[in-house]
Amino acid sequence: MSEHDNLPAQQGGTDTTPTSRPLEDQAPGLPAHLWRPTDVDRKAEKRAERQVAAFFVFSMICAVLFVVAYFAFSIGDEMDTFLGLGASNLFLGLTLGGVMLGIGVGVIHWARKLMADEEISELRHPASSSAEDRDTTLAALNAGLDESGIGRRPLIRNTLLGALGLAGVPLVVAFRDLGPNDMSPAQLEKTFWMPGMYVVRDVVGTRINKADLQIGDLVNGEPEGLVADSEGHLPPPLDANGEELRPALEHERLNIEKTKAAVILLRMSPGDIVRAPDRENWDVDGIVCYSKICTHVGCPIALNEQQTHHLLCPCHQSTFDLADSGKVIFGPAGHALPQMHLAEDEDGFLYAVDDFSEPVGPSYWERG
Amino acid sequence: MSTTSKVASTNGATAVAGGKPSRIGAGAQWADERLGLAGLAKKNLRKVFPDHWSFMLGEIALWSFVVLLLTGVFLTFWFNPSMVEVEYQGSYAPLRGSYVSEAFNSSMHISFEVRGGLLVRQMHHWAAHLFIASMMIHMMRVFFTGAHRKPRELNWVIGSLLLLIGTLEGFTGYSLPDDLLSGTGVRAADGFIKSIPVVGTYGSFLLFGDEFPGTAIIPRLYIIHVLLIPGVLLALVAAHMLLLVYHKHTQWPGPGRTEGNVVGFPMLPVYAAKAGGFFFIVFGVTAVMGALMTINPIWMYGPYDPSKVTAGSQPDWYMGWPDGLLRIMPGWEFEFWGVTFPFNVFLPIIVVPGVMWTILLLLPFIENWITGDKREHHLLQRPRDAPTRTALMVSLMTFYAMAWIAGGNDIIAIRFDLSINQITYFLRAAIFIGPLIAFMITRRWCISLQRHAKEQALHGYETGIIERSPDGAYSERHQPLPAAKQLVITGREGDRLPELEPGTDANGVRKPGSRTDGLRGRLSKLWFADNVQPPTQAEIDEAHHHHDGAHELGAGSSADDDDHVTLTKGH
Repeated sequence: MSEHDNLPAQQGGTDTTPTSRPLEDQAPGLPAHLWRPTDVDRKAEKRAERQVAAFFVFSMICAVLFVVAYFAFSIGDEMDTFLGLGASNLFLGLTLGGVMLGIGVGVIHWARKLMADEEISELRHPASSSAEDRDTTLAALNAGLDESGIGRRPLIRNTLLGALGLAGVPLVVAFRDLGPNDMSPAQLEKTFWMPGMYVVRDVVGTRINKADLQIGDLVNGEPEGLVADSEGHLPPPLDANGEELRPALEHERLNIEKTKAAVILLRMSPGDIVRAPDRENWDVDGIVCYSKICTHVGCPIALNEQQTHHLLCPCHQSTFDLADSGKVIFGPAGHALPQMHLAEDEDGFLYAVDDFSEPVGPSYWERG
Repeated sequence: MSTTSKVASTNGATAVAGGKPSRIGAGAQWADERLGLAGLAKKNLRKVFPDHWSFMLGEIALWSFVVLLLTGVFLTFWFNPSMVEVEYQGSYAPLRGSYVSEAFNSSMHISFEVRGGLLVRQMHHWAAHLFIASMMIHMMRVFFTGAHRKPRELNWVIGSLLLLIGTLEGFTGYSLPDDLLSGTGVRAADGFIKSIPVVGTYGSFLLFGDEFPGTAIIPRLYIIHVLLIPGVLLALVAAHMLLLVYHKHTQWPGPGRTEGNVVGFPMLPVYAAKAGGFFFIVFGVTAVMGALMTINPIWMYGPYDPSKVTAGSQPDWYMGWPDGLLRIMPGWEFEFWGVTFPFNVFLPIIVVPGVMWTILLLLPFIENWITGDKREHHLLQRPRDAPTRTALMVSLMTFYAMAWIAGGNDIIAIRFDLSINQITYFLRAAIFIGPLIAFMITRRWCISLQRHAKEQALHGYETGIIERSPDGAYSERHQPLPAAKQLVITGREGDRLPELEPGTDANGVRKPGSRTDGLRGRLSKLWFADNVQPPTQAEIDEAHHHHDGAHELGAGSSADDDDHVTLTKGH
């Protein structure tokens, strides 16, 4: 690429080597029109005509069949009655496709076989307007600006600009209430968890006894109070003495709280755990508890490598080591999974000593 | 027009006689007396459109957009964009009794209880894929053939906007059914917004109306998806088409086709029939796709639950490349002065897509600044005839491809039994090196093709026929290219370097702005370096002279080889 001996001539330069002759000079003109079989053979023409009509008739038949299929096939949960597909969906789609393709193919066939096929030529014009038009417009523009006096009255001009600028402010401020009244980022630091709140299984809502977990078992947990009973009601969370820790949650907030409070419990052999100095007693006989929400962009983490205690996020493959304070060992996540200080009551049921000590989920500016 | 067929009755050979107007004529007169449209229509009814298969790509985008509008309206009659929780009691047994949002419930209703509802849902989704894919391929076609050059730069800008906004439209629509897969995508979007320094947290609160997920996001995405963005798309599509009509379509060079004319079929009847018929084909194809290929089976994903996720979570394909960038980005998160800067999210998902789109938008202007070309261009170039431009697009495509592959790194790891870590490490390097290698290979490849074309234009193509002359010399028979092909090679315009004034004046003093001029000069030299210029008259004459001799293989004198004289002259 360093040799430029093959460079083109300077624009407008007086290079003696002629550039190629313009196309116009060499152009032999449009090639002669070739007659199609349909132009010269009446049989071929009639055949093409019948073919086009056949496509249109096919379309009409499909339209009738569509109506038949619409009323003939029930849908509901019959999802695989025909070739693994729902009969209604399949036949409605195929007949509708036939209706449209019949028209489309027919019209294009008509255009190709029977409509005039001689190419015609049209002259192009430059995109710009004529110099005269441009001058007139410019003169009109100048006259208009001049008569407004905007150039001579800077006071008016500047205050107008100021007013227009500030007029945007109400338009922006009016959208403030898209957000909640309280937009303090501190809310993101708190979850549903409270000291003494029991961990329950995320589907059935029963408390978890440490004896139920074998080494290598992974359980998805929620705080008590976030799993609805069979009636769809949310129970209030109770402490070890059976007293309400907080009132039952309103259903509308369920997904918000679940987003932050979901946890995973994993039992490993206690010797495998590398305990940080301030987390000496955070596990219960090798059962560790971490936030289930990835610290990258917030997907729930789900894939467990049983042999290594590594947990993988299915969205972007951040991998966390649950035996070592939830540290990131691979992938794009920026910090460790928050760990929960876990304890057991006298019957061996697991509960939280306290809420997470740091915000769960994706990072944000005010996270600190 | 003298497009008389010899027999076909549809091709009338005589002019329409005056007298009593036909029924169409009467209708047109009625309309013209009220609207005065004849002045506009007289130019456009027989407007000429050139024909080439690649001009159809934009048409696919246009018609799939129309299919999207039609199927979308159908869906709105049943879809209910609400996040109120209801108990699912529909036909699909496995989910009966579970608590789902009204949005999910109504999507299930469309899929299971509305006849044709699933079909239209699937057609809508497939048409969205087609829309974005055809826009992208159309854009590459435009750039590779130089159709973005003056006077069409603004239409390129409109097209880039369409691609960006079309992608956002896809994302908002994809999220509406509130199923587990799309909900996971929205959850990630919340993380993306929160990664923006200073304002991100508030942006998330404003978008969701509460902490994620709140109860506002689906209704808000809905109105953006069905009103705001389609309105903008419609306006931009209209502007795109109007500019297309105003500029007249570009055409491939060929006999009779010059910068000054446009050769093809008239709007009425041929182009109207072909383009109109093509709408029905696109519609029909999406209907067949909706019938045969299941897409986005929300009943299998289930309703959104923030504590659940499916393995192998993948966004729709057009969101795959920023998702891939997220995956291969190292976990660089910075904490300073009591704040956190999630650079590991902010860079790949907010900054890079924005930068890439800006580069795309500016491509015609960057090229124009380097080449200094101020002429209008209506004849297309073969990609090989602008090697640097072609290489630039291929290198951008390679970047896109590497990022897109990264978006499927988990699928690749599982399907090919590879280590996901090693795929990721490889792609971290490949995303930088790949585009460079692609640039160099493409550029040299183009130049080789140019050389080959010039060789063929001057000396004919190799027939593979080896002849032995009476005195024992061997030569290969060359045949001249067909005239039309020859013309494309010899008739194209050569490259021209921009005219730059010297950076210093007569006294050797630097002029203001000369530094950028210097850069521009160097860049334009690099841009055109090693390009093969079309043969000059002297070269053609010289080649002709040479042909009067022979194409010898090896040594041997056969100056009076009559065969060759007749061969090259005879064609």
